[in-house]
Amino acid sequence: MSYNIIVLAKQVPDTRNVGKDAMKEDGTINRAALPAIFNPEDLNALEQALQIKEQHPDTTITVLTMGPPRAAEIIREAIFRGADTGIVLTDRAFAGADTLATSYALSAAIRKIGKFDLIIAGRQAIDGDTAQVAPQVAEKLGLPQVTYAEKIEKIENGKVTVTRRIESGVEVVEAPLPLVVTVNGSADECRPRNAKRIQKYKYAATPSEKANLAPEVAALVDAREYLQLKEWSAAYVEADPSQIGLAGSPTKVKGIVNVVFQAKESKRMDGKDQTALEDLIKELIQNHTIG
Amino acid sequence: MANFYNDNPDLKHHLNHPLMRKIVELKERNFTDVEKYDYAPLNFEDAMDSYEKVLEIAGEISGEIVAANAEDVDHEGPHVVDGRVVYAKGTQKNLDALVKAGLMGISLPRRYNGLNFSLVPYIMAADMVSRADAGFVNIWGLQDCAETIYEFADEDQRMRFLPRVCAGETMAMDLTEPDAGSDLQAVMLKATYNEADGTWRLNGVKRFITNGDGHIALVLARSEEGSHDGRGLSMFIYDKNDGGVTVRRIENKMGIKGSPTCELVFKNAKAELCGSRKLGLIKYVMALMNGARLGIAAQSVGVSEAAYREALAYAHDRKQFGKAIIEFPAVYEMVALMKAKLDASRSLLYETTRFVDMYKIYEDIARERSLTPEERAEMKKYQRLADAFTPMAKGMGSEFCNQNAYDSVQVHGGSGFMKDYACERIYRDARITSIYEGTTQLQVVAAIRHVTTGTYLSQIKAYEAETYAEALAPLKERLVQMTALYEAAVNEVVSKKNTEYVDFHARRLVEMAGHIIMGYLLLGDATRNETFMKSANVYVNFGEAEVCKLHKFVMSFAENGLESYK
Repeated sequence: MSYNIIVLAKQVPDTRNVGKDAMKEDGTINRAALPAIFNPEDLNALEQALQIKEQHPDTTITVLTMGPPRAAEIIREAIFRGADTGIVLTDRAFAGADTLATSYALSAAIRKIGKFDLIIAGRQAIDGDTAQVAPQVAEKLGLPQVTYAEKIEKIENGKVTVTRRIESGVEVVEAPLPLVVTVNGSADECRPRNAKRIQKYKYAATPSEKANLAPEVAALVDAREYLQLKEWSAAYVEADPSQIGLAGSPTKVKGIVNVVFQAKESKRMDGKDQTALEDLIKELIQNHTIG
Repeated sequence: MANFYNDNPDLKHHLNHPLMRKIVELKERNFTDVEKYDYAPLNFEDAMDSYEKVLEIAGEISGEIVAANAEDVDHEGPHVVDGRVVYAKGTQKNLDALVKAGLMGISLPRRYNGLNFSLVPYIMAADMVSRADAGFVNIWGLQDCAETIYEFADEDQRMRFLPRVCAGETMAMDLTEPDAGSDLQAVMLKATYNEADGTWRLNGVKRFITNGDGHIALVLARSEEGSHDGRGLSMFIYDKNDGGVTVRRIENKMGIKGSPTCELVFKNAKAELCGSRKLGLIKYVMALMNGARLGIAAQSVGVSEAAYREALAYAHDRKQFGKAIIEFPAVYEMVALMKAKLDASRSLLYETTRFVDMYKIYEDIARERSLTPEERAEMKKYQRLADAFTPMAKGMGSEFCNQNAYDSVQVHGGSGFMKDYACERIYRDARITSIYEGTTQLQVVAAIRHVTTGTYLSQIKAYEAETYAEALAPLKERLVQMTALYEAAVNEVVSKKNTEYVDFHARRLVEMAGHIIMGYLLLGDATRNETFMKSANVYVNFGEAEVCKLHKFVMSFAENGLESYK
């Protein structure tokens, strides 16, 4: 059996390496100060797709990302690691989308792709931390979903076996295809970029990128179909203008406040025996500081 | 997270040496592969861009995976289970990452699924992997052996074995035995031809075999019954899938503990002849060892880099008497000298690599068509330089590596003696570099004829004739004077017409040449890139004092002075 897998990925500012100038005066992210990276958990998702492809070699992995034209960078990144192709869903009309509008746009694009068995996404993106987009995509497409996956164990007879992380351990569940799966950061790390693939695909470009390439490289892209990355607009995926971008986003950011953590009060617990330590832990659990 | 390529601009500097254009154009036969392979480069710029991109992958794996696993691998080490080697968990992860990244068979031609890269980026990857974990680089770096199969095996063997190496199967070279270490002529492992099924069978024991349980091994064995010297030895290819070899034990070593050093028992193990009978030692092992020595030179530089970085970071971090210890002359001198030795040995490493690359590529072209007289002359020139520079790069590079590891511990003071700091592992790992693949003393044996026949001197004169930045003129003047001292010392030793006398002073003479050569190479580096100015200064200060010392020793040595040493 071979499968058609769509991996949902997002290019995000690298909020893990936040410096002093990461936020602008108005409280929004200063994207210029942060390098744009492949959302980490989406890489975990890609690795799950690649492992399925190893078990079922004719499987096709398509990476779908919504963002500005430069998001094509993560499509290439995914192809260097083993994905087959990718689509950048890009249009000014998509700008300002919250998770509802984003999942609507993505589901429209997925409908346009048409043929798919499995949609895999990272649990959440490090810029928004909502973990809402993939579950909403599943709802919009009327598909079952398995969240917090640790490992997609196998696909057999149209059923997928997934080990998922839950609060107190892991559970193994089975779900029918087609299916949406979100993958945890604790799943297998994504494999590295491959030396041959990086040489083969380094000139892969979307139509808007091709316009800025040197003529001989652009000619190469024209001559080799596998170097042609797709770029889809809102109109192309037949998205309803009222459901995308700012117009389609009920979430409004009212304000952003910088929070500085500081100790409000301190308490000293004396005693040298085990009980003092136990009391401390009990109290911390009770007031939800830990646990 | 560290990327060992991006965090070290010196590598990019060496990758972009002016000779690379010629190397790449020859290696790519003017870019004709582009018609046949979708990953072949379009032109020189495209090839160099690919080298960089692939080195970034190697740098990322080295920095994020291999380096992160190094400490655990050092503790855990490999084990023998039922006669087979089981790597430490981290070792297996490192290997999986490098295999998935396609970093095997880097310099092999594309028709065997190789990347067809110049040796320079391959050695650079080895440099980075060594910085991350000196023990691990042995397992990965044994892909060198594939070169020997490529050069000497027949096409059928190449087609069967080389794609497997490119797909990630590891290799081993089974040379040494309990009674045949430096002296490989004493190899006893017996190869017998079985007329009945037309196969060779191997019987005997091999010892100190790195990655002895690798998938494909090159085995040196005695194929000529009744022979006792190197002329009775042939090279065989052993495929682990055929069975017949078990691992009896793994050595418990001082360092490079992640690298399994095996004792192997061959019981009627099926093997196939590689190349011609009787040429095993005299031709193939020599070629194999030259490749391996370049690999150890790279390992030495990588370990030197790690030692230097640990020392530098600690010297900035550690405060005593109210300030960081890097501010004390005794410490900053030590750290600056570490950097100078590192830069010098790295420059020598890549100069040597380019020489090897040039002649190997010409040799390969000669397999396809006959070379023009100019090409043939150029091949000979680079072969001679490669022969002269390889033992120097391995010998002096590994000694500098040890000195840097020693100084790294010294900069750390008491903390460096504790297992809590990486320099302790680096110190143990460094120790082997000046021993295996030929001790420093054996490198001197290989190098001394280039002192007496003048290979080094003529290359030094070629460096002298090059143009360097004006600011470097005073340093160059000192190198010219050092050369005069070198010539005087060589003449003094050679004039005695006594082989033992030459052997006695050989290391001194080779080192004198080495200091001058590395001095010039750093002048070249500093001319192309100002960041090397400091190292050029520090190294010439150091090298000049060494040359003067060695010159003094040779010149004041009494005619019958050897007697006191016996």
